[in-house]
Amino acid sequence: MSERPARSLLLRVRDVAQLPAIAIALALVFGALLMILSSALLGGFDPTLPLTAYQALAVGAFGSGNALVNTLVNATPLILAGLAVGIGFKGGLFNIGAQGQFLVGALSASTAAIAMNHQPALLAIPVSLLAGMAGGLAWGFIPGFLKGFTGAHEVVTTIMLNFVAIHLVSYVIGGPLRGTGPEVTFGRTDAIVAASLPDIIGRNGHLGLLLAAVAVPLAWWLLFRSTVGFEIRTVGASPDAARYAGMHPRWITILTMSICGLLAGLAGAGEILGEVGYMPASYGTTVGFDAIAVALLGRAHPVGILFAGLLFGAMQAGAGLMQVQAGIPAQMVSVLQAVILFFLAAELIVRRVLRVRTAGTGVSDELQTVSRTYGEQVSR
Amino acid sequence: MDAIFDIPVIGLIIQFVVYVIAQLPVLAPTIMAAATPIALGALCGFMNERSGVVNIGIEGMMLTAAFVAWWTASLAGQLVPDLSLGIMGIKLPLLIGLAAAILAAMAVSAVHAWLSISVRADQIISGTIINIFAVGITGYLNLLVSPHSPPSAGQFQALRLPQFVVDIPVLGFLLKSFIGVGPIALIMLISVIVLQVLLFRSRWGLRTRAVGEHPKAAETVGIDVIRLRYRNVILGGIFAGLGGAYLIIEFGSAFQGEMTAGRGFIALAALIFGRWTPIGALGAAILFTASIGLERSIRFAAPEGPLGQFLTSIPLQFYSALPYLITIIVLAGVVGRSMAPASVGRPYERESKAA
Amino acid sequence: MRGITKRYPGVLANDGIDLDVREGEIHALLGENGAGKSTLMNILYGLAVPDAGQILLDGQPVEIGSPHDAIRRGISMVHQHFMLVPVLSVAENILLGEEPMAGPVFVDRSASNRRIRELGERFGWEIDPDKPVGSLSVGWQQRVEILKALYRNARVLVLDEPTAVLTPQETKEIFSVLRKLRGEGYAIIFISHKLYEVLEVADRITVIRRGKVVGSRIPAETNEDDLAELMVGREVELTVDRGVSHPARPMLSVTALKVRDDRGHEVVHDVSFEVRAGEIFGIAGVAGNGQDELVEAVVGMRHATKGKVQLDGVDTTSASPRHLHDLGLAFVPGDRHRFGVVLSFPVSDNLVLNDYYHPPYAHGLLRDDEAIDAYAEEAITKYDIRTPSAQVPCGTLSGGNQQKVVVAREFEGELKLLVLDQPTRGLDVGSIEFIHRQAIARRDSGVAILLVSAELDEVLELSDRIGVMFRGKVVAVLDGRTADREDVGLLMATGGRDSGVQPQTLEEVS
Repeated sequence: MSERPARSLLLRVRDVAQLPAIAIALALVFGALLMILSSALLGGFDPTLPLTAYQALAVGAFGSGNALVNTLVNATPLILAGLAVGIGFKGGLFNIGAQGQFLVGALSASTAAIAMNHQPALLAIPVSLLAGMAGGLAWGFIPGFLKGFTGAHEVVTTIMLNFVAIHLVSYVIGGPLRGTGPEVTFGRTDAIVAASLPDIIGRNGHLGLLLAAVAVPLAWWLLFRSTVGFEIRTVGASPDAARYAGMHPRWITILTMSICGLLAGLAGAGEILGEVGYMPASYGTTVGFDAIAVALLGRAHPVGILFAGLLFGAMQAGAGLMQVQAGIPAQMVSVLQAVILFFLAAELIVRRVLRVRTAGTGVSDELQTVSRTYGEQVSR
Repeated sequence: MDAIFDIPVIGLIIQFVVYVIAQLPVLAPTIMAAATPIALGALCGFMNERSGVVNIGIEGMMLTAAFVAWWTASLAGQLVPDLSLGIMGIKLPLLIGLAAAILAAMAVSAVHAWLSISVRADQIISGTIINIFAVGITGYLNLLVSPHSPPSAGQFQALRLPQFVVDIPVLGFLLKSFIGVGPIALIMLISVIVLQVLLFRSRWGLRTRAVGEHPKAAETVGIDVIRLRYRNVILGGIFAGLGGAYLIIEFGSAFQGEMTAGRGFIALAALIFGRWTPIGALGAAILFTASIGLERSIRFAAPEGPLGQFLTSIPLQFYSALPYLITIIVLAGVVGRSMAPASVGRPYERESKAA
Repeated sequence: MRGITKRYPGVLANDGIDLDVREGEIHALLGENGAGKSTLMNILYGLAVPDAGQILLDGQPVEIGSPHDAIRRGISMVHQHFMLVPVLSVAENILLGEEPMAGPVFVDRSASNRRIRELGERFGWEIDPDKPVGSLSVGWQQRVEILKALYRNARVLVLDEPTAVLTPQETKEIFSVLRKLRGEGYAIIFISHKLYEVLEVADRITVIRRGKVVGSRIPAETNEDDLAELMVGREVELTVDRGVSHPARPMLSVTALKVRDDRGHEVVHDVSFEVRAGEIFGIAGVAGNGQDELVEAVVGMRHATKGKVQLDGVDTTSASPRHLHDLGLAFVPGDRHRFGVVLSFPVSDNLVLNDYYHPPYAHGLLRDDEAIDAYAEEAITKYDIRTPSAQVPCGTLSGGNQQKVVVAREFEGELKLLVLDQPTRGLDVGSIEFIHRQAIARRDSGVAILLVSAELDEVLELSDRIGVMFRGKVVAVLDGRTADREDVGLLMATGGRDSGVQPQTLEEVS
């Protein structure tokens, strides 16, 4: 849909933010109830536990300059990978493969970075970032190509590719690329030196933050101001109409998945080069899955994804302090994410009960395309 | 024999076949053990997708069931007497754990049914929610209870066949591989056969196929589409529950976070590869896990000569990734075509909107 | 049915409708598309819940909350869109929901096959119960639908536009089946918007307009003009004046074209024809005889396996839709919701759906929203599209206005060939008239028009020449002004007597 403001900005913000805000609030209530119930297991029923926990969460996320930077650092990959899922939604594709694209992006970025460890940073950084993008793009291209030319559904192929990516990383980092330095005590590469992203803000606010900051307006421009974006959105809303209108849905699908892969790959590259500093053989991250929640909460709109990414980034940044001060395991953040999604998915009910009249998740047509192609695959 | 093995490529293939056959007695139990939870997950998916509901939340359902099985069985081991049936290690605490796991998975399935059928939310999102929630809640509770959790309540045992049966050539081996398993694996085998027959012969099967293909047509002949979908999705939870419980009380592990390790997703792949039939899904599950068995056997008893060199030169991770690669290739239509139930993924709206 | 009222958001679909049907009569329900006939029948069949009113059966008020209730009370319905599951067999489709059981679990297949054969024999139909329904022709599927209703021991039989997809001959056969059933004491409700059919078969006629009953007639005491006026609410000219055509040079020529369908079967065999500038060439045929694939091949949405398509002398065989669009081909697709409009996009975006990529609407990769909006305002006025603004989603418009969006987009600009595939399906009379007039105007401005329609009447009314398609071949080309309805129907059903093709008609089987 076109993005021209028909009413005042304030009304529009209320319109799009109301349901997500309600979902977040309901999730926090659910989380509080869960904490109170489980406080019995922690040794003593404690109805004030949620207050302690949420306070620690907030302090850990926003309580100091460092906390704020931490929030931004945590939000960065979520925003990039969130765009990778969100642009897919707009194109009628359910990219569950952001996780695999993230991993392969991280893998190829670290491969380039290790190879260029003795080159100047000005050369090593851009090349490594590009390598990450290329790796992710390749991992997005495969399901895009399979969908476009064989009808194999991306939900299944991207799930499969996520697992293939895990084993690929395990092989490359555990084998050919395993580090030799003294700090290597488990399956990982040597430390990345030259391509390491410099800190630009605070103690650990690395250059990657800028990448997310640039990607959001770029994605917005692509989707809503460019003809390519119009094609992506048309294919997402109705692949048949797109074909009729002279577009090439197969190629658009491939392009869309490739762009998604590129963004997720960039997220992976940013994490390795800016945060971790080396590539582990078993990289225990859930960014690619959290990105689905980010994209849905952000209604698959770049600006929405920005805010959703910041919110989830804040929750992750604060989770540590919550665990220390209130004894609430960090997994609570996953629970909250799932419950937020639950209330968003149950919007029909939420609306009816709370008498909300504003816009819904905003991707229902595209999701219909996703489901329809699932039932239609292979019957061609 | 060596002369045949010396033929380029073909010789290698023949040698490979001989090797696999020789390793089969060792491999078979591993493969069956690994295939059982995947086949059970696939049966859960079968119940959903045949009636027109996508379920990518099998993983989460199984993980939830595994946690519940572990916790309740352990607690029951402390609280109830160790009444034993005397065969296959069946005893009361384990049965309680099993029942609790099934109920938990059915409850999660009920949520999936409610979101997918009544709320008409996107079914793939509903599955995603279940997966994220299951990882979060089981991880959360596990950290809370594991520091002071009681010891494991033990496991089910495999069925022991009389020696004279095992000694029958070929048949004995097959019986030992398929029947000489624990109670949950036996339930899986029986369910596969029963469901296969029911799907094509029974009233339930006919109605389920109709609802999965063309719900409106089913509705117009008086079938309650909503109720049938609810029933099938919730009953499907039984199998996810069995699959999750299997990992704890038959496969015999303690609970760990995310211990299902993608089995629910392979189950989905097996269902597709098996063309949405129970027997096909079981076959696919066995095929998928065969590569895991192969990896193990190559690691511990690699064949000699050039074949051995070739097989060990392939990274072990390749064997682990093989099931996923096969699924992708199958889906891409290189090997064959499979047909999804036509209405899968689409919520059904009862009241006609036609004016 | 007494005082049936049903509201949908924005529409009063049924407004206090009374209707009574007696045993042993065929009662026709006549009305335009969107008049509320289907809604009324969905209420009778338990598929929709009325906001007010009640249903009486044998004088007793009954609650019909679901199709299950309806079937239990002896009401059966043959739906406008077949309610058949393609992958299930004939037998499975017929007995679905009323399965004869062998024991508590399993379906008794031999008993069911026997019953179905017996049912078929009543009408002289030889039925293979094990055949998948998806492999049957449209005419046979219709028969399965009727058997399905009879299998349920119905007393009241509702047929919602059962003739829409049939040839005149098949229609006659269905009518004789209906008369036979009337003789056996069934109460039959026959829904249609075709006047002559209603006059031919009905004992009584009830006319509905905008959700209200506007009159009741007995065929002997009325005529087509009277019924048409009742149905539309004003005097209508039943046929548009197509005027005189001045055909010029061939614009589209199709030579020995072969096309395959999705399953890889060749469904268009060696088709050749020409459409000249300034004429309307209509293609008549029963649905599923290769028309869809032929059209798709002409407009570039399907590859031809053999043969040639030329547009104004340029070879366009298997050219892309974009290329053809640039050459001056416009296409109004048959399935509006699937191809014609993107329902979630604003009207403005839909108006430039195939012109979005070039100036003035885009410069390079950058869209020019101002130019798009300006054009949209212009088109909305010119084509009288009733919409609150150019920015509302197209899906919020009525069917007629959505089709006007398509027409506005396709009829504009420098055109050589205009392909109209079922251009008026499901529209009200006003919209149909509007679109027919626009088509004739474009013809008179020198555009070649290829019209494909399953509505034989539409083809007969508009075409200067008519090609009849049967089993993938154009079996005859007739003069549109002199062609006889019966003759065309016979050609559609049999492909012509001397074509050597085995005709598949209902008479043949009975």
